[in-house]
Amino acid sequence: MQKNTILGGKKARSAVERSAEVIFTICAFFAVLAVFSITIYMFVNGLPALGQVGVLELLFGTVWKPTAADPSYGILYIILTSIVGTSLAIILGVPIGVLTAIFLAETAPKKVSAVIRPAVELLAGIPSVIYGLLGILILCPLMYELEQFIFKNSETHQYTGGANLISAVLVLAIMILPTVINISESALRAVPQNLRAASLAMGASKIQTIFKVVLPAAKSGIVTAVVLGVGRAIGEAMAISLVSGSSVNAPLPFNSVRFLTTAIVSEMGYAADLHRQVLFTIGLVLFVFIMVINLVLTRILKGGSAREK
Amino acid sequence: MKKLSCLLLAGILTFGLAACGNSAAETTTASSQAAEATTAESTAAAETTAAETTAAESSEAAEAEVTDLSGSVTMSGSTSMEKLANAAAESFMAKYPDVTVTAEFTGSSAGIEAVQAGSVDIGNASRALKDSEKEAGIVENIVAIDGIAVVTDPANTVADLTKDQLVSIYTGETNNWSELGGADQPIVVVGREAGSGTRSAFEEILEVEDACAYANELDSTGAVMAKVASTPGAIGYVSLDVIDDTVSVKTLDGVEPTEENIKAGNYFLSRPFVMATNGEISEQRPEVQEFFNWLQSDEGKELVKTVGLITVD
Repeated sequence: MQKNTILGGKKARSAVERSAEVIFTICAFFAVLAVFSITIYMFVNGLPALGQVGVLELLFGTVWKPTAADPSYGILYIILTSIVGTSLAIILGVPIGVLTAIFLAETAPKKVSAVIRPAVELLAGIPSVIYGLLGILILCPLMYELEQFIFKNSETHQYTGGANLISAVLVLAIMILPTVINISESALRAVPQNLRAASLAMGASKIQTIFKVVLPAAKSGIVTAVVLGVGRAIGEAMAISLVSGSSVNAPLPFNSVRFLTTAIVSEMGYAADLHRQVLFTIGLVLFVFIMVINLVLTRILKGGSAREK
Repeated sequence: MKKLSCLLLAGILTFGLAACGNSAAETTTASSQAAEATTAESTAAAETTAAETTAAESSEAAEAEVTDLSGSVTMSGSTSMEKLANAAAESFMAKYPDVTVTAEFTGSSAGIEAVQAGSVDIGNASRALKDSEKEAGIVENIVAIDGIAVVTDPANTVADLTKDQLVSIYTGETNNWSELGGADQPIVVVGREAGSGTRSAFEEILEVEDACAYANELDSTGAVMAKVASTPGAIGYVSLDVIDDTVSVKTLDGVEPTEENIKAGNYFLSRPFVMATNGEISEQRPEVQEFFNWLQSDEGKELVKTVGLITVD
């Protein structure tokens, strides 16, 4: 009957099973191989400069003058900018994202969610350089007005033309929205209906049910959303290289700042010798950052779910 | 009879050419095959083939004469000239496969010292030679000129800047256009990233190396143009060849940044790219002489333009 399908004979079936298993294993090893080779490459290329410049001077120095006669390779401000910028973007983006997800999953009328959901998905598909261009054309001029207003009487402020930390944070916050919304929404939808029914039957209102029952139940999925949002924010380069100003300064709101990613992108083109190696070290720092964030947040996530059990 | 003689002629030509060079032989085989295929019009065909092949033969011969040139040209010096030196080396080696051109980038003064010591043929310097260097017998051969324009947003009313004003803007001492006779508007200082040739040229000429207070360090000429064009009060510097109407170009010390002014030496934000030799070019080895001849040829001038520089007459 089914001679032509893979479910045909016993022999054929076991051959298919075995070869499929082999193929899956090979595919799985590709990912492992990639992670290992990237890790090794980053350490091999990033560590020498760390030794030559000195760990303390590199990681905790505040002066970045790689091409000066007496070069200085301090990346503390760059590291701080990435930490501060990403944190602020998360603080701004996550509540908006999660609340949008709640709206979509729980309270939105069908017609409204039919408009919002495609919009969010579209937002995820917009290339980052477009975010950057819009930032430079719309956000920066507005920010410049604000800057001129705030620092009207300041003698010492260096005007940046609106390319500052706030602009970068706003762009990043918008960029992480689709990730946070989509994953949180799936997590909320995965919460069993009977939990909601039980809560409502106990006399809780809809809002009480959402915040006391559904959100805690979907916690692990929402944490995943935040982790991925952090990943996207800390790794983004193109958009923020256009709106952050790219000068190395302390991460204050109206300062022109440089992130770990933009530090690499902006100077890789002409960098030579030790300067180039230091850029690889910045890459290593970024790499370690992302690894640590992933591990720590996954640990928190796992710890949380263990307690629930 | 006529057909036969035509074929014979084509054949002989093919045979004769096969000895000349591989690529030439291939093309003529192809054309002689075409001639065979259309034997009806073979007279005409053979004639054209003959004409083509003689032309090919003569140019082939001429090239063979030049490609006899072999040896090596070594240069060292200015990092700013890296783009020009590498492009020139590549194109020259493509033309003369037997000549190797090597370039190192150690800095202008180091390059001049090296050519003085005789360890390289050409010392690259992105500045005019000092008198002491000329006295030591080093000859200044200017191969190109690097020009930089200072641009602001189109609405800016300040038309001219002096060298001192430019220095004080870029070091952060002057931070409002009203101090320079313009509108009461803060100055947004835009520049290039560390390592950029334009930035090093700008800072070297103004003698403000490592002293600039940039509010924006952008990583391409295009980004500088876009930022300056869209930000009121912004000032930036770009290579001369990219200027367009989206920005307002400043005159410096009253001089417009035109090719004529730069060649005449009136515009201060420019610098010569010198390929210095120990003694006149005519005293150099043939391959070094040919390198300079080639740089002055149309092909060489084209190359100078493609790397964004101004040619010297």
